[in-house]
Amino acid sequence: MELYRSHVLICGGTGCSSSGSLTFEDKFAAAMAKHDLNKEVKLVKTGCFGLCEAGPIVVVYPEGAFYSRVTDEDITKIVEEHLLKGRIVKGLLHGSAIDEEVTKSINEVDFFKKQKRVALRNCGIINPENIEEYIAFDGYQALGKALTEMTREEVIEVVKASGLRGRGGGGFPTGLKWTFAYNAQSEKKYVACNADEGDPGAFMDRSVLEGDPHVIIEAMAIAAYAIGADEGYVYIRAEYPIAVKRLEIAIEQAKEMGLLGKNIFGTDFNFDLKIKLGAGAFVCGEETALIASIEGERGMPRPRPPFPANKGIFGQPTVLNNVETYANVPQIILNGAEWFANIGTERSKGTKVFALGGKINNTGLLEIPMGTTLREVIFDIGGGIPNGKAFKAVQTGGPSGGCITAEHLDTPIDYDNLIELGSMMGSGGMIVMDEDNCMVDVARFFLDFTVDESCGKCTPCREGTKRMLEMLDKICEGKGTMQDIEDLEQLAYTIKDASLCGLGQTAPNPVLSTLKYFKHEYLAHVEDKKCPAGVCKDLLAITITDKCIGCTMCKTVCPVNCISGEKKGQHVIDQDACIKCGACIDKCPVKCIVKK
Amino acid sequence: MAKKLSQEECFAKLNEAIEVHKGSQGALMPILHEAQHLFGAVPLDVQKVISKALSIPLAEIYGVVTFYSQFTLEPNGEFLIGVCMGTACYVKGSGPILDRISRELNLPVKTTSQDGKFTLIDTRCIGACGLAPVITINDDVYGRLTEAEIPSILAKYINA
Amino acid sequence: MKSLADLAKLREEALKKVNIRGERKGKRIVVGMATCGIAAGARPVLNALVEEIQKRNIQDVEVTQTGCIGVCKLEPIIEVYDENNEKTTYVEMTAEKAQKVIVDHIVNGQIVAEFTIQE
Repeated sequence: MELYRSHVLICGGTGCSSSGSLTFEDKFAAAMAKHDLNKEVKLVKTGCFGLCEAGPIVVVYPEGAFYSRVTDEDITKIVEEHLLKGRIVKGLLHGSAIDEEVTKSINEVDFFKKQKRVALRNCGIINPENIEEYIAFDGYQALGKALTEMTREEVIEVVKASGLRGRGGGGFPTGLKWTFAYNAQSEKKYVACNADEGDPGAFMDRSVLEGDPHVIIEAMAIAAYAIGADEGYVYIRAEYPIAVKRLEIAIEQAKEMGLLGKNIFGTDFNFDLKIKLGAGAFVCGEETALIASIEGERGMPRPRPPFPANKGIFGQPTVLNNVETYANVPQIILNGAEWFANIGTERSKGTKVFALGGKINNTGLLEIPMGTTLREVIFDIGGGIPNGKAFKAVQTGGPSGGCITAEHLDTPIDYDNLIELGSMMGSGGMIVMDEDNCMVDVARFFLDFTVDESCGKCTPCREGTKRMLEMLDKICEGKGTMQDIEDLEQLAYTIKDASLCGLGQTAPNPVLSTLKYFKHEYLAHVEDKKCPAGVCKDLLAITITDKCIGCTMCKTVCPVNCISGEKKGQHVIDQDACIKCGACIDKCPVKCIVKK
Repeated sequence: MAKKLSQEECFAKLNEAIEVHKGSQGALMPILHEAQHLFGAVPLDVQKVISKALSIPLAEIYGVVTFYSQFTLEPNGEFLIGVCMGTACYVKGSGPILDRISRELNLPVKTTSQDGKFTLIDTRCIGACGLAPVITINDDVYGRLTEAEIPSILAKYINA
Repeated sequence: MKSLADLAKLREEALKKVNIRGERKGKRIVVGMATCGIAAGARPVLNALVEEIQKRNIQDVEVTQTGCIGVCKLEPIIEVYDENNEKTTYVEMTAEKAQKVIVDHIVNGQIVAEFTIQE
């Protein structure tokens, strides 16, 4: 039996890996070996802790000491001070972990204290590559319970009664979906997991797969048992190599332990799970497109009905749920429908994971009960807007969603409230914008995304979004007319009504919601030819003020030679030739070049 | 990496992959992934081999290859520079960073330099939003970037 | 693995290895691990405490370390905080004494007077 007095948890999520945590395990081991600590202290590489802003993160238990932005030099200090001598290195703790000289454990820090973790409960706690640690935290208990103590109907009934709704965007009741597939008559059925998380700024599915891959295997096995399937596919983005690798390892371990394969838990239930890699197409997040892609075709949606529950993968009945949805299932089976239904609001039960990003202090992943207000998320957990700037809007739902303004900050978050505000839950991206962001430009950004990702099958989406983008480009370039704004709105409604799949039907949302709440910004672009936030390049002028000392540095750095002036004399920018790259602004030693 | 294998070796490996997946349902995608990995692209002559082996019309394979952004018809440069254009990065200024790289290397977006050294692309959200704005150069990740840091980062690769 | 019982057994074994990760609750044992404490032999004491707790599968007790407690000549020192944060200080500890503290104090709730600071 391994005995350790301390556990050092190193975040191995994508955020922290990107900032260097991959080498930490070796470096800790080397530093610890010098003091012969390797037998007393255990190193654990975990999944994402959630507070990516503070990465790379290292947490030392039992104290729960929360070290942030750890560097190689810090490792030696943590080993020599904390692990050897038991003195928490206060200087290296995350700012929120020290309150008037008193150190707080990671669970007492505001960012974590206000959350309720169901789907993310093991992320940052267990080693995702070790099935035993998952089992220690109740892993595979739910599957065992379902297989040996519950009938298929009872499993579906519990999921139904819990009120769980799809976390991928649509919010369709999960239990109902399972019922449809259960009722479908077929020899062969499939379960599938949508891990093709493509919404820019949303990475909760990746975090679950990286931090707790076994929960997906367990949940899919439960779903398969309930609907009568014996085979499953996880369709996962190829852009998530760490998640793919950990899921592969998890599947291998589950097979070895007999938790996948034949006669699971001694019953006659068989289940086999395969991974299918996506290849970079946003539309494959749509269920029928995803199925087409699994079958090896272009990932294009088809009209529904028939729904996948009746005619899915290879024409067979299929249950398709998103990663976060599945991550809730084992907890629901273990704790009961009532436990889950007690969390959240009237029509949205449980918790939701959000990826908080953009102009916010605590960028990262957080899980909150439905019904928490946007203000609590952005200001209490998220820590507010950096650099003393003013909050302007929060964008939810990615390219399918919309912007929510300051006056609606006290809205409790749930599926229906967000739709009422002209946005949507989506997969849970939450991007905060401040006064420096131009809302017309943001709308243009999302349209640019949809145009690129439109599969081209139906005309309203293929042609319509393209025309909308052209109009937005015109407006951002200062060439827009009032007619453009009118056409934009009309076209938006046409596309919403006439498109084949969710991608097209929601593509105009970013435009419609910004038109609704930020019409004045559109008007400023069209009528005054000004971008109030100072983002749209063509509406800006870069000028040199009279503080110029004539050092000629701007002149040398200008890529298009549009700056003239003699040494020690005032320099001038030729506005017609200027490409507004801003290189001169960076170079100016007296900061006399301004963008307005 | 793949580049060290000769053409013949690549085709031999491709045939192995075809043998593994052939006959199973939905075999095309995993084979294309393997081809992209081996050749660094899925050019027409590779598509022809796959077409024959799987008895799938070439037009259909071409359609699949060009549909997905992970598959390319031409290989990328030695260094693939990806500028994340996820929303979090975008609102924190990845647009100007992309412009700056393009200007520094004199290389339009979505193209490869003539010497085959650099390919510059704007990528979808890579999920490292805590580090926004982020760029990747092959396996190296640079986060919390400012435009001013770009020249020194690029210099490492230009001189490599 | 063929049954729920197999899983429960595996879980119990696995839990012992990870249950120090979690929120603070219950009793807390703090071991002085400054240079003086280590020199006086605090590490074997610490390891003995951890071992004994795991052997007896005691839940809700956290063993943690701290810096210099301040009375170097009485090292190794450990402090036991009860649920109500009542502190008992044991001095000049050894691995054997540590085991006794676990049995008497933690399990049976009896303070081991002989190990406390004598006037």
